[in-house]
Amino acid sequence: MRHLLSTADLPRQAATALLDTAEALKKSLLGREVHKLPTLRGRTVVTLFYEQSTRTRASFEIAGKWMSADVVNISAGESSVTKGESLRDTAFTLAAMGADCVVIRHPASGAAHRLADWVPTHVINAGDGSHQHPTQALLDAATLRDRLGTLNGRTVTIVGDVLHSRVARSNIDLLITLGAHVHLVAPPTLLPWGVENWGIRQAHGWPVTVGHDLDAALPGTDAVMLLRVQAERMRGQFFPSAREYSINYGLTEARLALLPEHAVVLHPGPMLRGMEIAHSVADSPRAAITEQVRNGVHVRMAVLYHLLAAQEDQP
Amino acid sequence: MTRPLLLRGIRPYGVGDPVDLLVRGGVIAEMGAQLDEAGAERFDGGGLVALPGLVDLHAHLREPGREDAETIATGSAAAALGGYTAVFAMANTDPVADTAVVVEHVYRRGRDVGLVDVHPVGAVSAGLRGERLAELGAMAASAAAVRMFSDDGVCVHDSLLMRRALEYVRGLGGVVAQHAEDPRLTAGAQAHEGEVAARLGLAGWPAAAEESIVARDCLLARDAAAALHVCHVSTAGTVEVLRWAKQRGIRVSAEVTPHHLLLTDERLAGYDPVNKVNPPLRTAADTAALRAALADGIVDCVATDHAPHAGQDKDCEWSVARPGMLGLQTALSVVVATMVRPGLLDWRGVARVMSERPARIGGATDQGRPIAVGEPATLILVDPDAAWTVRGAQLASLSDNTPFEGMELPGRVLVTMLRGAITAEDGKVLC
Repeated sequence: MRHLLSTADLPRQAATALLDTAEALKKSLLGREVHKLPTLRGRTVVTLFYEQSTRTRASFEIAGKWMSADVVNISAGESSVTKGESLRDTAFTLAAMGADCVVIRHPASGAAHRLADWVPTHVINAGDGSHQHPTQALLDAATLRDRLGTLNGRTVTIVGDVLHSRVARSNIDLLITLGAHVHLVAPPTLLPWGVENWGIRQAHGWPVTVGHDLDAALPGTDAVMLLRVQAERMRGQFFPSAREYSINYGLTEARLALLPEHAVVLHPGPMLRGMEIAHSVADSPRAAITEQVRNGVHVRMAVLYHLLAAQEDQP
Repeated sequence: MTRPLLLRGIRPYGVGDPVDLLVRGGVIAEMGAQLDEAGAERFDGGGLVALPGLVDLHAHLREPGREDAETIATGSAAAALGGYTAVFAMANTDPVADTAVVVEHVYRRGRDVGLVDVHPVGAVSAGLRGERLAELGAMAASAAAVRMFSDDGVCVHDSLLMRRALEYVRGLGGVVAQHAEDPRLTAGAQAHEGEVAARLGLAGWPAAAEESIVARDCLLARDAAAALHVCHVSTAGTVEVLRWAKQRGIRVSAEVTPHHLLLTDERLAGYDPVNKVNPPLRTAADTAALRAALADGIVDCVATDHAPHAGQDKDCEWSVARPGMLGLQTALSVVVATMVRPGLLDWRGVARVMSERPARIGGATDQGRPIAVGEPATLILVDPDAAWTVRGAQLASLSDNTPFEGMELPGRVLVTMLRGAITAEDGKVLC
C-alpha cells in the first residue's frame, strides 16, 4: 500500500489486514508502562493540517511517536500557507526536506489525491473537504468489531449530515466492503445525490438504504453512528432550525430505548451535545465514543506501519 | 496583390467529384474541372474536403489582462491552425470589454495579427457586474461594430436587466449571448450535480440552474421580439426548453462546446482540474442529447469556449482551479469524432454548425459564405482520414490545459485561407 486516500480503494482483505494489525498493536501495548515500539525509528511523518483539529492531529502524532517516528506538525495558521504559498509548493518543500509520509487535512475535496500526484512521499488522507476520512472509518470499524464481534451482516445506521460528511462517505464504503448493511437517516436536504445506489457497484456490497424516520430505523440497528452537523460547509439553509433537527434526528434517551440491547452508539466528534446526541446518551455505556478515540491511535499506527514499514519486506 | 492560387482536386463539402478552384484577388474566381491559370501558385488538393472557414462564437483570448495565459496573437494562431477564420473574443478581460475603447483595441490587435477576424464581444453590463447596462450602442457604433453582447463567465441573472438588454440590443441589430447559470443554485458549485460529484464530495451544479435561466430568457426574448443566443448548452433538459421555444418561433439560437459533446463527469475521479469547466462536464445521457440536438438543428452551432489558463491556475486543488479548457485547435476533430464518424452529420452539416450558422448568429456577414464563384476565398481544406494525437505542449496556445491530452482524434486541417491568404498550412502558421 502506497497511500491511504479513500476507503473505496481498500479491498476487503487489505481493510481486514489493517484492522488485524491495529488489534495486534493494541494487544502488544496493553499493560505496558512505556508505549513505544521501535518500528519507524528514523522515519519522518509530517502532519499538514489546513483545518482546525484536535483529536485527529493528536492521534496521528501519538501514533507516530509510539512507533518511534519523528513527527513534525504543520498547521496552516502558522506556516507559509498564510503567506499565499500553494499546496503544491508546500508539498514539494516537505518532500525535499525528506518527509517519508505526509498526513494531510484540507478543506478541498481531492486535496490528498493531488498531493499524491505531485510528490513521491506516502500520503495519508486525514480528511479532504466532504470527500473522505479513511482512518476515521477504520477506527469506527475497529470499535464495532470489538463490540459486535463482526461487521458481516450487521446493520449500521448513519444519522444526520451525510451530504457534507467525509466520515459518512468513508464509512459507507468501508462498511459495505466489510459486509455490513448501511442505512442512512437524514432529511432529504442532507443526503448526497443518488446515495441509494452507492453499494450496488461493489461486488459483495448491499445497497445503501435511505429513510427519514429515525424511530422506525432504530429497532433493527446494531450500531448507530451520529454525524456532526457541518455548519461550516453549508451554503444556505438545509433544515429549519437546530431545535427541529434535534427533535427529528437527535439521539435522545427515549430513542436509545428503541435500540436492541447489544447496539452501539458512535460519534466521530466533536459532539454537539443536546443537538445530535443527548448529554446522558453520550455518557452512557452504550456509547463507544472514548473507545473510538483509543482505537484511533492503534488504527493510525497500523496505517503508518503498512505504509512505511511493511513495504521494506518487498524487494 | 498576391499571386493567384489554383487549388486542384478538392471536394467542396466532401461531396461529388474533385474540382479545381482558382483564387484571385481574395475571391473565388473560377470553379470547375481542369482549370489552368498562367502564373498561378498550385496546390494539389488530392481529394481534400473544402469547407468555409470556421467561425467560433465563443473564445477567451485573455488580452488585455492575462497575457501570461493567452494573447490575441497566440489565440489567433491556435484558431488558424484549428481551421478558424473568425473568432468572437469574450468580454471578460481586464479591463472588461465594456466600452468602445476596449473593443476597438481588441479589434485592431486582431487586425494587426491578421490570422483570423477577431470580433470582440461587448459586455452586457458595466464591469460584468450585472447592475446596469454597458454602453452597448457605443460599442456597436465603434470600429469593432460589435453585434454580440455577453457577460459570459457570469450570468445576467437580474430578470429586468436581461429584459432591457434584449430590448436594447434588438435596436442595434445584435444578439445577447447568455451564460445561463442561476447563481443562487450554483453557489460554491464544483461539478455536475450527480452521482460522481456526490461521491467525490464536490458541491453540485444542478442542471436546473441552466435550464431555468434558458426558459426565462426564451420568454423574455419572446416578449421583446429580440434575439437570444444561449452559450455552451450542457444539459438534455436545456435541449427540451430550446425545442419548445423554437417551435413557437422565439428568436433563440444555441451553441454546444466540443468538450460537452465528448466528455462526461466520469473523468473527474482523480480530481485533475484540467477537467474543471463551467458549465461542468455532465453525463453520457447529456452528451447523447446534445449530439442529437446539434444534428437536428435545435442546437445551432459548435463554439469552443476556448479558455486558456496559466499553469498555476490549473495545477492545484480542484476547488481553487479556474474553470475552462482549450478548444480552438481540437474543435473540428472532436466534431468529426462525435458527429461525422457516427453518421450524425455530413460535411455539409459540419459547414452549417461550425461556419454558416455561427457567422449568421454573430453578424459576421463575409464569413460562412458558400464555396462559389464570386464569394470570398475564406475556406479550409481538411484531410478527413488523417488522425493525430493531441499534445497540449505542442498547441499554439500559450497555455496547455487541453482535456484531450494524449487522445488520438480524427480529421486534420491542412490549409486555412482568409480572403485568399493562407494563414495556416500543414500545422504551421503563415504570414
